Amino acid sequence: MPVGLGHYLAVSAILLVLGVFGIFLNRKNVIIILMSIELILLSVNLNLVAFSASLGDLVGQVFTMFVLTVAAAEAAIGLAIVVVYFRNRGSIEVEDVTMMKG
Amino acid sequence: MIATIGFYVFAVILLASATMVVTARNPVHSVLFLILAFFNAAALFLIAGAEFLAMILIIVYVGAVAVLFLFVVMMLDVNFAELREGVQRYAPVGLVVGLILLFELGLVLTGWHFAPSAAEIRMSPTPTALSNTAALGNVLYTRYIFLFQLAGLILLVAMIGAIVLTHRERGTARRQRIGRQNARQPEETLAMLNVALGAGIDEIGILRPLPDPAPVGAESHALPHAAEPH
Repeated sequence: MPVGLGHYLAVSAILLVLGVFGIFLNRKNVIIILMSIELILLSVNLNLVAFSASLGDLVGQVFTMFVLTVAAAEAAIGLAIVVVYFRNRGSIEVEDVTMMKG
Repeated sequence: MIATIGFYVFAVILLASATMVVTARNPVHSVLFLILAFFNAAALFLIAGAEFLAMILIIVYVGAVAVLFLFVVMMLDVNFAELREGVQRYAPVGLVVGLILLFELGLVLTGWHFAPSAAEIRMSPTPTALSNTAALGNVLYTRYIFLFQLAGLILLVAMIGAIVLTHRERGTARRQRIGRQNARQPEETLAMLNVALGAGIDEIGILRPLPDPAPVGAESHALPHAAEPH
Protein backbone atom coordinates (compact mmCIF):
# COMPACT_ATOMS: atom_id res chain seq x y z
CA MET A 1 0.00 0.00 0.00
CA PRO A 2 1.65 3.24 -1.10
CA VAL A 3 -0.14 5.36 1.49
CA GLY A 4 0.21 4.82 5.21
CA LEU A 5 -2.47 3.08 7.20
CA GLY A 6 -2.86 6.08 9.48
CA HIS A 7 -4.06 8.26 6.62
CA TYR A 8 -6.79 5.79 5.74
CA LEU A 9 -7.86 5.54 9.35
CA ALA A 10 -8.03 9.31 9.70
CA VAL A 11 -10.16 9.67 6.55
CA SER A 12 -12.49 6.94 7.69
CA ALA A 13 -12.78 8.41 11.19
CA ILE A 14 -13.76 11.79 9.75
CA LEU A 15 -16.24 10.08 7.45
CA LEU A 16 -17.81 8.27 10.39
CA VAL A 17 -18.13 11.51 12.35
CA LEU A 18 -19.72 13.18 9.33
CA GLY A 19 -22.26 10.38 9.15
CA VAL A 20 -23.14 10.70 12.83
CA PHE A 21 -23.34 14.47 12.45
CA GLY A 22 -25.70 14.02 9.52
CA ILE A 23 -28.03 11.90 11.63
CA PHE A 24 -28.17 14.67 14.23
CA LEU A 25 -28.51 17.45 11.68
CA ASN A 26 -31.36 15.96 9.64
CA ARG A 27 -33.42 14.53 12.40
CA LYS A 28 -36.65 14.98 10.47
CA ASN A 29 -35.70 13.64 7.08
CA VAL A 30 -35.52 9.85 7.05
CA ILE A 31 -33.95 9.72 3.60
CA ILE A 32 -30.93 11.79 4.63
CA ILE A 33 -30.62 9.69 7.79
CA LEU A 34 -30.44 6.58 5.61
CA MET A 35 -27.78 8.27 3.49
CA SER A 36 -25.83 9.09 6.66
CA ILE A 37 -25.98 5.43 7.64
CA GLU A 38 -24.58 4.59 4.21
CA LEU A 39 -21.72 7.00 4.89
CA ILE A 40 -21.02 5.35 8.25
CA LEU A 41 -20.96 1.91 6.64
CA LEU A 42 -18.68 3.26 3.93
CA SER A 43 -16.23 4.45 6.56
CA VAL A 44 -16.32 0.99 8.15
CA ASN A 45 -15.57 -0.53 4.76
CA LEU A 46 -12.68 1.87 4.27
CA ASN A 47 -11.27 0.84 7.63
CA LEU A 48 -11.55 -2.85 6.81
CA VAL A 49 -9.93 -2.46 3.41
CA ALA A 50 -7.11 -0.36 4.82
CA PHE A 51 -6.31 -2.90 7.51
CA SER A 52 -6.63 -5.75 5.03
CA ALA A 53 -4.17 -4.11 2.65
CA SER A 54 -1.77 -3.11 5.36
CA LEU A 55 -1.68 -6.52 7.04
CA GLY A 56 -1.84 -8.52 3.84
CA ASP A 57 -4.89 -10.43 5.03
CA LEU A 58 -7.70 -11.02 2.56
CA VAL A 59 -10.39 -11.68 5.15
CA GLY A 60 -10.91 -7.98 5.64
CA GLN A 61 -11.94 -7.62 2.02
CA VAL A 62 -14.25 -10.62 2.28
CA PHE A 63 -15.88 -9.04 5.29
CA THR A 64 -16.17 -5.75 3.42
CA MET A 65 -18.20 -7.56 0.82
CA PHE A 66 -20.60 -8.85 3.46
CA VAL A 67 -20.93 -5.38 4.95
CA LEU A 68 -21.74 -4.13 1.47
CA THR A 69 -24.43 -6.78 1.09
CA VAL A 70 -26.05 -5.87 4.37
CA ALA A 71 -25.87 -2.16 3.51
CA ALA A 72 -27.63 -2.74 0.19
CA ALA A 73 -30.34 -4.83 1.86
CA GLU A 74 -30.78 -2.24 4.57
CA ALA A 75 -31.13 0.57 2.06
CA ALA A 76 -33.75 -1.35 0.10
CA ILE A 77 -35.83 -2.24 3.15
CA GLY A 78 -35.46 1.22 4.67
CA LEU A 79 -36.58 2.98 1.52
CA ALA A 80 -39.50 0.57 1.17
CA ILE A 81 -40.59 1.42 4.70
CA VAL A 82 -40.25 5.12 3.89
CA VAL A 83 -42.44 4.72 0.82
CA VAL A 84 -45.13 2.82 2.75
CA TYR A 85 -45.02 5.35 5.55
CA PHE A 86 -45.33 8.23 3.14
CA ARG A 87 -48.29 6.54 1.50
CA ASN A 88 -50.07 6.23 4.82
CA ARG A 89 -49.19 9.55 6.40
CA GLY A 90 -48.25 11.91 3.59
CA SER A 91 -45.05 12.92 5.33
CA ILE A 92 -41.71 11.39 6.22
CA GLU A 93 -41.01 13.22 9.45
CA VAL A 94 -39.31 10.98 11.93
CA GLU A 95 -41.03 12.62 14.85
CA ASP A 96 -44.44 11.58 13.57
CA VAL A 97 -43.45 7.94 13.83
CA THR A 98 -44.14 7.97 17.56
CA MET A 99 -47.83 7.72 16.75
CA MET A 100 -47.19 4.12 15.77
CA LYS A 101 -46.53 3.13 19.36
CA GLY A 102 -49.00 0.88 21.11
CA MET B 1 4.32 9.67 -5.23
CA ILE B 2 1.44 9.90 -7.68
CA ALA B 3 -0.51 7.49 -5.52
CA THR B 4 0.01 9.70 -2.49
CA ILE B 5 -1.15 12.82 -4.32
CA GLY B 6 -4.11 10.88 -5.67
CA PHE B 7 -4.95 9.66 -2.20
CA TYR B 8 -5.07 13.18 -0.82
CA VAL B 9 -7.12 14.50 -3.74
CA PHE B 10 -9.64 11.67 -3.51
CA ALA B 11 -9.80 11.84 0.28
CA VAL B 12 -10.47 15.57 0.26
CA ILE B 13 -13.18 15.22 -2.38
CA LEU B 14 -14.67 12.31 -0.44
CA LEU B 15 -14.89 14.26 2.79
CA ALA B 16 -16.16 17.40 1.09
CA SER B 17 -18.90 15.53 -0.73
CA ALA B 18 -19.83 13.68 2.48
CA THR B 19 -20.20 17.07 4.16
CA MET B 20 -22.42 18.19 1.31
CA VAL B 21 -24.52 15.03 1.66
CA VAL B 22 -25.50 15.89 5.20
CA THR B 23 -25.81 19.66 4.76
CA ALA B 24 -27.34 20.10 1.30
CA ARG B 25 -30.74 21.76 1.23
CA ASN B 26 -32.06 19.74 -1.66
CA PRO B 27 -32.14 15.95 -1.11
CA VAL B 28 -31.50 15.38 -4.81
CA HIS B 29 -28.21 17.21 -4.40
CA SER B 30 -27.54 15.03 -1.37
CA VAL B 31 -27.94 11.89 -3.44
CA LEU B 32 -25.71 13.25 -6.19
CA PHE B 33 -23.01 14.11 -3.67
CA LEU B 34 -23.43 10.64 -2.21
CA ILE B 35 -22.64 9.22 -5.65
CA LEU B 36 -19.54 11.42 -5.83
CA ALA B 37 -18.49 10.20 -2.38
CA PHE B 38 -18.87 6.58 -3.47
CA PHE B 39 -16.76 7.16 -6.55
CA ASN B 40 -13.98 8.70 -4.49
CA ALA B 41 -14.17 5.91 -1.92
CA ALA B 42 -13.80 3.46 -4.79
CA ALA B 43 -10.67 5.35 -5.84
CA LEU B 44 -9.33 5.02 -2.29
CA PHE B 45 -10.03 1.27 -2.44
CA LEU B 46 -8.09 1.13 -5.71
CA ILE B 47 -5.11 2.87 -4.13
CA ALA B 48 -5.23 0.36 -1.28
CA GLY B 49 -5.08 -2.47 -3.81
CA ALA B 50 -8.65 -3.76 -3.51
CA GLU B 51 -9.64 -3.50 -7.15
CA PHE B 52 -12.51 -5.93 -7.03
CA LEU B 53 -14.14 -4.18 -4.11
CA ALA B 54 -13.69 -0.83 -5.81
CA MET B 55 -15.60 -2.04 -8.85
CA ILE B 56 -18.23 -3.70 -6.65
CA LEU B 57 -18.62 -0.44 -4.77
CA ILE B 58 -19.29 1.44 -7.98
CA ILE B 59 -21.67 -1.20 -9.35
CA VAL B 60 -23.61 -1.85 -6.16
CA TYR B 61 -23.62 1.54 -4.51
CA VAL B 62 -23.68 3.91 -7.44
CA GLY B 63 -25.59 1.63 -9.76
CA ALA B 64 -28.18 0.33 -7.33
CA VAL B 65 -28.32 1.99 -3.94
CA ALA B 66 -27.81 5.60 -4.98
CA VAL B 67 -30.22 5.23 -7.87
CA LEU B 68 -32.75 3.74 -5.45
CA PHE B 69 -32.31 6.78 -3.21
CA LEU B 70 -32.75 9.02 -6.23
CA PHE B 71 -35.95 7.23 -7.21
CA VAL B 72 -37.43 7.55 -3.75
CA VAL B 73 -36.43 11.19 -3.33
CA MET B 74 -38.00 12.11 -6.64
CA MET B 75 -41.04 9.89 -6.19
CA LEU B 76 -42.11 11.20 -2.80
CA ASP B 77 -43.87 14.50 -3.06
CA VAL B 78 -42.54 15.91 0.19
CA ASN B 79 -41.97 19.50 1.10
CA PHE B 80 -38.30 19.15 1.91
CA ALA B 81 -37.90 22.74 3.06
CA GLU B 82 -40.31 21.96 5.87
CA LEU B 83 -38.16 19.05 6.95
CA ARG B 84 -35.17 21.29 7.43
CA GLU B 85 -36.80 23.48 10.04
CA GLY B 86 -35.03 22.02 13.05
CA VAL B 87 -31.54 22.21 11.56
CA GLN B 88 -30.54 25.32 13.48
CA ARG B 89 -31.71 23.73 16.68
CA TYR B 90 -30.02 20.38 16.17
CA ALA B 91 -26.74 21.60 14.70
CA PRO B 92 -25.03 22.55 17.98
CA VAL B 93 -25.87 19.20 19.58
CA GLY B 94 -24.64 17.35 16.52
CA LEU B 95 -21.46 19.40 16.44
CA VAL B 96 -20.76 18.70 20.10
CA VAL B 97 -21.36 14.97 19.74
CA GLY B 98 -19.36 14.85 16.52
CA LEU B 99 -16.40 16.71 18.00
CA ILE B 100 -16.38 14.49 21.07
CA LEU B 101 -16.50 11.42 18.83
CA LEU B 102 -13.71 12.79 16.66
CA PHE B 103 -11.62 13.54 19.73
CA GLU B 104 -12.07 10.04 21.04
CA LEU B 105 -11.29 8.51 17.67
CA GLY B 106 -8.19 10.70 17.52
CA LEU B 107 -7.11 9.35 20.89
CA VAL B 108 -7.56 5.82 19.61
CA LEU B 109 -5.80 6.47 16.32
CA THR B 110 -2.74 8.03 17.91
CA GLY B 111 -2.33 5.46 20.63
CA TRP B 112 -2.69 2.07 18.96
CA HIS B 113 -0.11 -0.30 17.51
CA PHE B 114 -0.16 -3.74 15.96
CA ALA B 115 0.30 -6.70 18.22
CA PRO B 116 3.72 -8.30 17.66
CA SER B 117 2.11 -11.53 16.56
CA ALA B 118 -0.36 -9.83 14.16
CA ALA B 119 1.44 -11.04 11.06
CA GLU B 120 1.43 -14.66 12.18
CA ILE B 121 -2.27 -14.96 13.01
CA ARG B 122 -3.52 -13.82 9.63
CA MET B 123 -6.43 -15.95 8.46
CA SER B 124 -5.54 -15.95 4.77
CA PRO B 125 -2.42 -14.03 3.75
CA THR B 126 -2.67 -12.26 0.43
CA PRO B 127 -1.10 -14.43 -2.27
CA THR B 128 1.43 -12.58 -4.39
CA ALA B 129 1.03 -14.51 -7.62
CA LEU B 130 -2.71 -13.99 -8.01
CA SER B 131 -4.70 -10.93 -8.92
CA ASN B 132 -6.93 -9.40 -6.28
CA THR B 133 -10.10 -10.80 -7.81
CA ALA B 134 -8.76 -14.34 -8.13
CA ALA B 135 -7.37 -14.34 -4.60
CA LEU B 136 -10.64 -13.02 -3.21
CA GLY B 137 -12.59 -15.66 -5.10
CA ASN B 138 -10.32 -18.40 -3.80
CA VAL B 139 -11.04 -17.36 -0.24
CA LEU B 140 -14.69 -16.46 -0.65
CA TYR B 141 -15.81 -19.62 -2.42
CA THR B 142 -13.95 -22.05 -0.19
CA ARG B 143 -13.64 -20.99 3.41
CA TYR B 144 -16.50 -18.49 3.45
CA ILE B 145 -18.92 -20.29 1.19
CA PHE B 146 -21.60 -20.57 3.87
CA LEU B 147 -21.33 -16.89 4.71
CA PHE B 148 -21.54 -16.17 1.01
CA GLN B 149 -24.75 -18.17 0.74
CA LEU B 150 -26.06 -16.42 3.83
CA ALA B 151 -25.39 -13.07 2.17
CA GLY B 152 -27.42 -14.22 -0.80
CA LEU B 153 -30.22 -15.25 1.55
CA ILE B 154 -30.15 -11.82 3.17
CA LEU B 155 -30.51 -10.20 -0.22
CA LEU B 156 -33.39 -12.52 -1.09
CA VAL B 157 -35.17 -11.69 2.14
CA ALA B 158 -34.60 -7.98 1.54
CA MET B 159 -35.99 -8.26 -1.97
CA ILE B 160 -39.11 -10.14 -0.87
CA GLY B 161 -39.57 -7.77 2.05
CA ALA B 162 -39.35 -4.69 -0.13
CA ILE B 163 -41.83 -6.14 -2.61
CA VAL B 164 -44.28 -7.20 0.10
CA LEU B 165 -44.04 -3.81 1.78
CA THR B 166 -44.60 -1.66 -1.26
CA HIS B 167 -46.91 -3.84 -3.32
CA ARG B 168 -50.52 -2.80 -3.34
CA GLU B 169 -53.54 -4.24 -5.05
CA ARG B 170 -54.98 -2.29 -7.89
CA GLY B 171 -58.39 -3.07 -9.31
CA THR B 172 -57.15 -2.87 -12.86
CA ALA B 173 -54.61 -5.63 -12.51
CA ARG B 174 -55.26 -8.63 -14.74
CA ARG B 175 -54.00 -11.81 -13.25
CA GLN B 176 -54.11 -15.47 -14.05
CA ARG B 177 -57.02 -17.39 -12.52
CA ILE B 178 -55.88 -20.95 -12.64
CA GLY B 179 -59.16 -22.49 -11.51
CA ARG B 180 -61.11 -20.81 -14.25
CA GLN B 181 -58.43 -21.68 -16.71
CA ASN B 182 -58.58 -25.35 -15.80
CA ALA B 183 -62.37 -25.50 -15.76
CA ARG B 184 -62.65 -24.17 -19.29
CA GLN B 185 -64.10 -26.66 -21.74
CA PRO B 186 -63.17 -26.91 -25.39
CA GLU B 187 -66.79 -26.26 -26.44
CA GLU B 188 -66.67 -22.76 -25.02
CA THR B 189 -63.94 -21.59 -27.25
CA LEU B 190 -63.61 -24.05 -30.08
CA ALA B 191 -65.89 -24.56 -33.06
CA MET B 192 -65.34 -27.00 -35.87
CA LEU B 193 -66.30 -25.62 -39.27
CA ASN B 194 -66.39 -27.15 -42.69
CA VAL B 195 -64.54 -24.77 -44.89
CA ALA B 196 -65.47 -24.70 -48.50
CA LEU B 197 -62.64 -24.66 -50.98
CA GLY B 198 -61.53 -21.14 -51.82
CA ALA B 199 -63.97 -19.44 -49.52
CA GLY B 200 -62.81 -16.37 -47.69
CA ILE B 201 -63.20 -15.81 -43.97
CA ASP B 202 -65.99 -13.32 -44.57
CA GLU B 203 -68.16 -15.92 -46.33
CA ILE B 204 -67.61 -18.66 -43.76
CA GLY B 205 -68.44 -16.46 -40.85
CA ILE B 206 -65.33 -17.06 -38.79
CA LEU B 207 -65.06 -13.37 -38.08
CA ARG B 208 -67.55 -12.74 -35.32
CA PRO B 209 -69.16 -9.33 -35.33
CA LEU B 210 -67.93 -7.00 -32.63
CA PRO B 211 -70.39 -6.44 -29.75
CA ASP B 212 -72.46 -3.31 -29.97
CA PRO B 213 -70.69 -0.27 -28.62
CA ALA B 214 -71.89 0.81 -25.22
CA PRO B 215 -74.44 3.59 -25.30
CA VAL B 216 -72.83 6.96 -25.01
CA GLY B 217 -73.20 8.53 -21.60
CA ALA B 218 -74.07 5.42 -19.65
CA GLU B 219 -70.56 4.08 -19.47
CA SER B 220 -68.50 7.03 -20.46
CA HIS B 221 -66.17 6.46 -17.52
CA ALA B 222 -65.52 2.85 -18.28
CA LEU B 223 -62.46 1.88 -20.20
CA PRO B 224 -63.19 0.84 -23.77
CA HIS B 225 -63.33 -2.94 -23.92
CA ALA B 226 -64.08 -3.50 -27.55
CA ALA B 227 -63.72 -7.25 -27.69
CA GLU B 228 -65.00 -8.13 -24.25
CA PRO B 229 -68.59 -9.30 -23.91
CA HIS B 230 -70.39 -7.81 -20.94
